[in-house]
Amino acid sequence: MTELETFRKETRAWLEKNCPPEMRKPMQSEEDICWGGRHWKFRSDAQRVWLERMAEKGWTVPEWPKEYGGGRLSREEAKILQREMRSLGCRSPLDSFGIWMLGPALLKYGSEEQKREYLPQITCGQIRWCQGYSEPNAGSDLASLQTKAEDKGDHFLVNGQKIWTSYADKADWIFCLVRTDFSAPKHEGISFILFDMESKGVSTKPILLISGKSPFCETFFTDVKVPKKNLVGTLNKGWDIAKYLLTHERTMIGGMGLRAAGRPVNQIAADTVGVDDKGMLADPVLRGKIAEVSIDEIAFVFALERAGDLAKTGQGNPAFSSVLKYYGSELNKRRYELLMSAGGSDALEWESERSKEGALARGWLRTKANSIEGGTSEVQLNIVAKRILSLPGA
Amino acid sequence: MPLVLNEEQSLLRDSARGFLAKNAPTSHLRKLRDSRDETGFSRALWKQFAEMGFAGILVPEDFGGSGLGHVEAGVVMEELGRTLAPSPFLSTALLCATALVRAGSEAQKKEHLAKITAGDRIGAFAVDEQSKHNPRKIAFSAKRFGNGFALNGSKGFVVDGHVADFLIVAARTSGEPGETKGLTLFIVDPKIKGVERERTIMVDSHNAARIKFDNVQVDADAVLGEVDGGWKIIEGVLNVGRAAVASELSGAGEEAFQRTVDYLKQRKQFGKTIGEFQALQHRAANLYGEIEITKAAVLKALQTLDEHFDSAGMIVSVAKARAGASATLAVQEAVQMHGGTGMTDEFDIGFFMKRVRVGQELFGDANFHADQLARLNRY
Repeated sequence: MTELETFRKETRAWLEKNCPPEMRKPMQSEEDICWGGRHWKFRSDAQRVWLERMAEKGWTVPEWPKEYGGGRLSREEAKILQREMRSLGCRSPLDSFGIWMLGPALLKYGSEEQKREYLPQITCGQIRWCQGYSEPNAGSDLASLQTKAEDKGDHFLVNGQKIWTSYADKADWIFCLVRTDFSAPKHEGISFILFDMESKGVSTKPILLISGKSPFCETFFTDVKVPKKNLVGTLNKGWDIAKYLLTHERTMIGGMGLRAAGRPVNQIAADTVGVDDKGMLADPVLRGKIAEVSIDEIAFVFALERAGDLAKTGQGNPAFSSVLKYYGSELNKRRYELLMSAGGSDALEWESERSKEGALARGWLRTKANSIEGGTSEVQLNIVAKRILSLPGA
Repeated sequence: MPLVLNEEQSLLRDSARGFLAKNAPTSHLRKLRDSRDETGFSRALWKQFAEMGFAGILVPEDFGGSGLGHVEAGVVMEELGRTLAPSPFLSTALLCATALVRAGSEAQKKEHLAKITAGDRIGAFAVDEQSKHNPRKIAFSAKRFGNGFALNGSKGFVVDGHVADFLIVAARTSGEPGETKGLTLFIVDPKIKGVERERTIMVDSHNAARIKFDNVQVDADAVLGEVDGGWKIIEGVLNVGRAAVASELSGAGEEAFQRTVDYLKQRKQFGKTIGEFQALQHRAANLYGEIEITKAAVLKALQTLDEHFDSAGMIVSVAKARAGASATLAVQEAVQMHGGTGMTDEFDIGFFMKRVRVGQELFGDANFHADQLARLNRY
């Protein structure tokens, strides 16, 4: 037996023993996601136990180094873990901006002290992070951000406003882009700092969206004192970190649809349009559309995998994350349009218990942000045209 | 297994690419077309291809082959797609070799495999009967007659059928069209009585034939595999063909795309390089994404054929559907972005459009494979 086959068997056995049955049932809605954090209330004992066991094993971040709470798995081992979790139906033990975005940036740009302080808190779900990037006048043109951090000797004094800050009202800490040099060209006066959301002078205000929910906030900073040691990397060189982090954010958003909860679209359609005597969906046009989206979904899963493999072997282009972000977010919108179409009038219910408070309709509306957040589809296409295709003037 | 080519596979790609760029660029296809070449491909080139080990790529080493896998076969197909070189690689080295290796008797393997590997024997796999690929509906009849069988019916879209030294024919020995039971494969010498071949010159100037069988008598040892139990091997051969054509489409689409991006960087209008226009930049970037996502699915399909041959159907259908759709988009954008030049016969981009249209039909188009996927997922 090869080493990988042994690993697969052991992993399977461990998951079967340690993943509580409740955590192997499909998530019913976003409410079932575990985000962790200081104020997190576990939905069940099973959710808590599952997170604790996975974190102890280092498997909330399978490929990170052991000393920062990771599992130190090779890429091939991590893929096996992922595959076995999928085949057993195991839920993600922890969803986290710390894991998806800040972690990779700290591993590359953080000081040893910062890594040891922040990374283990991320891996076990102790601290929940949010991202302070967009501002009211810095959306697609992110580098024109104006939030100011003044050097006050032993600390920075931060003043300004962020917007579209996902879960700012629930997060414990923020990684934040601030302007530290107003005289430099716009990309060169930006720094990357970290601070506690409980600091004096931080306030948040949720924004009500078309989904009737408020995943995003306005975030205000008034004379917030941030210790100097919370600067990541070099002063005024934060844009490099910001961009690196964005490549991870984009890959994450691209893959968002793959983490979607709820019943498969063909089952929903079977209920609403019925099936013929051969078990085929009675609406052949809808059936064809479902199959087309499904083909693209399967292909996209392997595109994500291949992009990771190429990166691992040094053949990747960081700008490829823009392809994944563009394609994945547009695909997720198509998927939800189809879910709504398959669901018919049942999917339109907004408040009933039957519809779980309109979970599908709210999810559908939420996906419309996928092609805006983390850089719009149009921005991603600009990046591909410039950084991959080298088209002139892009 | 990582979804990237390993070192040997990359070397194979480079050698196939180098060989084809030197010996069979798109001008090679043009020459064959313009001279109305009777064979439709260059036998000398095929012999050289064989000497490089490509003709026996799937043939086990016991029979003189290279004993490589489907990833390697796909790598070569992708390169053939880049220059559009007509070659019996698909019909002979992939389809017929697969049928023989997986279902042939020792005698049948001995008879054909070494010669295939040497580039001395061409085979064709005859399955389609209707204009749209639908192998379940095979009606072509094979009835027991004396010690053997009598074959009646007709086949179409038989790649390399007009020049093949032997045919592998899918026939119905029992059951009704629509049933997968009752199908049987036969190895038939196309020169025997009752076989009538018509070369069909297609839009892409590659080879195909219509073949009629009028009471063609074959011995019992012409059966390849088991009587009535041919479906599994037909499906296996078709899946190899589908993944291979997906690779070819992937190569053709990418080549058309690269030529288009180069053109965007050269052509000037309104005092600007047209690649500066965002309307074209976004279309090019979108197309790039489609092509890359397809490449991942195609490689996965090839790897799955190597690792789990009998359960590769789903990913093969995904790969073929994606490859057909993204290569089609690539050639459409290529002609449009080249403007009037793209419409001229003198310019090569039209060859890509024509070949991709044929590749889209071959062994099931994107619609066929969407239906396959739905069936496999029971909806």
